[in-house]
Amino acid sequence: MIGLQHYLTMSAILFTLSVAGIFINRRNLILLLMCIELMLLAVNFNFIAFSRYLGDETGQVFVFFILTVAAAEAAIGLAILVVLFRNRRSINVQELDSMKG
Amino acid sequence: MFHAILFYSFAAILVVAALGVIFARNPVHAVMFLVLAFFQSAVLWLLAEAEFLAIVLVLVYVGAVMVLFLFVVMMLDVEVEEIRGGYTRYAPLGIVIAGLMVVELAQVIWLRGKEGFAVDGFRPTPEGYSNTEALGSVLYTEHVYAFEIAAVILLLAIVAAISLTMRRRPGLKQQDIASQVAVRAQDRVRIVKMASEKPE
Repeated sequence: MIGLQHYLTMSAILFTLSVAGIFINRRNLILLLMCIELMLLAVNFNFIAFSRYLGDETGQVFVFFILTVAAAEAAIGLAILVVLFRNRRSINVQELDSMKG
Repeated sequence: MFHAILFYSFAAILVVAALGVIFARNPVHAVMFLVLAFFQSAVLWLLAEAEFLAIVLVLVYVGAVMVLFLFVVMMLDVEVEEIRGGYTRYAPLGIVIAGLMVVELAQVIWLRGKEGFAVDGFRPTPEGYSNTEALGSVLYTEHVYAFEIAAVILLLAIVAAISLTMRRRPGLKQQDIASQVAVRAQDRVRIVKMASEKPE
């Protein structure tokens, strides 16, 4: 039977892959945003699995709010990205060093 | 058994799609792999009987957010090879961190898990259970304030995205409504008093 552990493992694999993706693609800002979306998806997997395991809908309501916030975050992040590209002609993370971070 | 076969096949495609997102050389291909990953996750959520969220994931994520990503990726016209020329010096560190996370998460999930954690699967839902109805009855009663705050967050996202990307082009002719309204008659009209003249 497919149960909680299988979903948790799936989510762990997804989360690990997206963390690895953030470390590997430290050049393209769009790919970093996409890896963050994958991470949020992995978190949503956990919420849904536990919601089903405990028989409590609150976890699924939480996923609903995570989806809302992630959509807002993607819209604002892409807007910042467009402004950045308009000003610097580049979205390479390593060239964005004007704040000397 | 059939359920398990479905789960493992869709999970395998999901992992392949996630790998594609990370390793695709072309950003457009990466977005397409991400769309595939969202579709596979929607199917897995359907298998877990979270039907409403599965449909919302396809509608909101694939239908709106990923299209936004595609727009931006295609609009920005980034040179692929310049951006992806080799992996960074952080790549080995990333792989080490990913390996550590795999070990830790596997230990938590599989070794420290309760006995019979996975074997019995999820409890079957009662007869006539509607996921959407159950979610709605909780969402609009217990979590109604959070729901309102989510609406405000979306409004904030609209305002922020528009105000960030709107630009004023120099030389563009446009009306200044405030100064138009503030105009008074004596600024524009001059009444000249003069004696009437007789035409020749």
